[in-house]
Amino acid sequence: MTEAEIYSLLSTEFGDKVVSFQGEEKTPFAVIQHQAIHEIMSFLKRDERLKFDSLMSLSGFDLGGAEQPLGIIYHLYSMSLNHYFAVKVLFEDRENPKLKTINDLFRTADWHEREAYDMYGITFEGHPDFHRILLEDDWEGYPLRKDYVQAEFYRGMKIAKEK
Amino acid sequence: MGILEHKFSGDNVIITSLDKVINWARSNSEWYFQFGLACCAIEMMATAAARHDLERFGAMPRSSPRQADVMLVTGTVTLKMATRIQRLYQQMADPKYVISMGSCANSGGPYWQHGYHVLKGVDQIVPVDIYIPGCPPRPEALIEGLMRLQVKIREESSLARKAS
Repeated sequence: MTEAEIYSLLSTEFGDKVVSFQGEEKTPFAVIQHQAIHEIMSFLKRDERLKFDSLMSLSGFDLGGAEQPLGIIYHLYSMSLNHYFAVKVLFEDRENPKLKTINDLFRTADWHEREAYDMYGITFEGHPDFHRILLEDDWEGYPLRKDYVQAEFYRGMKIAKEK
Repeated sequence: MGILEHKFSGDNVIITSLDKVINWARSNSEWYFQFGLACCAIEMMATAAARHDLERFGAMPRSSPRQADVMLVTGTVTLKMATRIQRLYQQMADPKYVISMGSCANSGGPYWQHGYHVLKGVDQIVPVDIYIPGCPPRPEALIEGLMRLQVKIREESSLARKAS
């Protein structure tokens, strides 16, 4: 199936929960409401016409500012039917972005969700082992956010360069 | 090998100072504690392998800090790793030496400006004896560094009392 066909299938199935579709991009993607992530991903995986059995990537991003918020993009691939799709969620709330985990659908999501939390501070509810993955657990802040301010010291070690 | 070879023939008595013997032994058995932190580790492996053959200097890789004399810090020292390096350094038995290999370990290297997670020089947490520049240094540079350390060890005096 083409991405546009997948989108029309999703929008008839979920209605308002699918917000928009960008078909002109190199990798076409649908923007969906973040509350509906689990049911939509579940549908994408289990539906006979779609059969997305592989989550290629899950990555966070920060576009900076209130109008251009934090988000997650999921890249999906169906090995049996050989088609691709991408799903994007956006958070208006930068303080407390929360999302339901899809670790029970795709085991790939386990470490990727932890990385998204580590770098962007997006919380995944229902994850079995949820904490930072690359940085230490006592690290402060989320380094890939646009408004991240580098700390001066970490455990007594100087981080910033000498001036 | 070294200072005593071919100096005597047959059974004989050698008279020397204990410092010289100890330094001769230490400088020719630089067992290094290997832990590759980044791409410099590839050069370290190449140095230890057949072509450059580090073992002809008596230097061989050890995987435990208890057995090692020299710590080779090969690569980017992240802040997470820095806490481990400190602990591993403390676990090494005296006498112990540190070689900082490559730009990252020397000063943070390419992470100098934007590396929020990188320590700007391993000398901030452990005392460094030899710095090897390069990104990454060639195996010859690492051998040079180890030989400079040999020179440093040979000038030591382990028995003389030090003013404290």
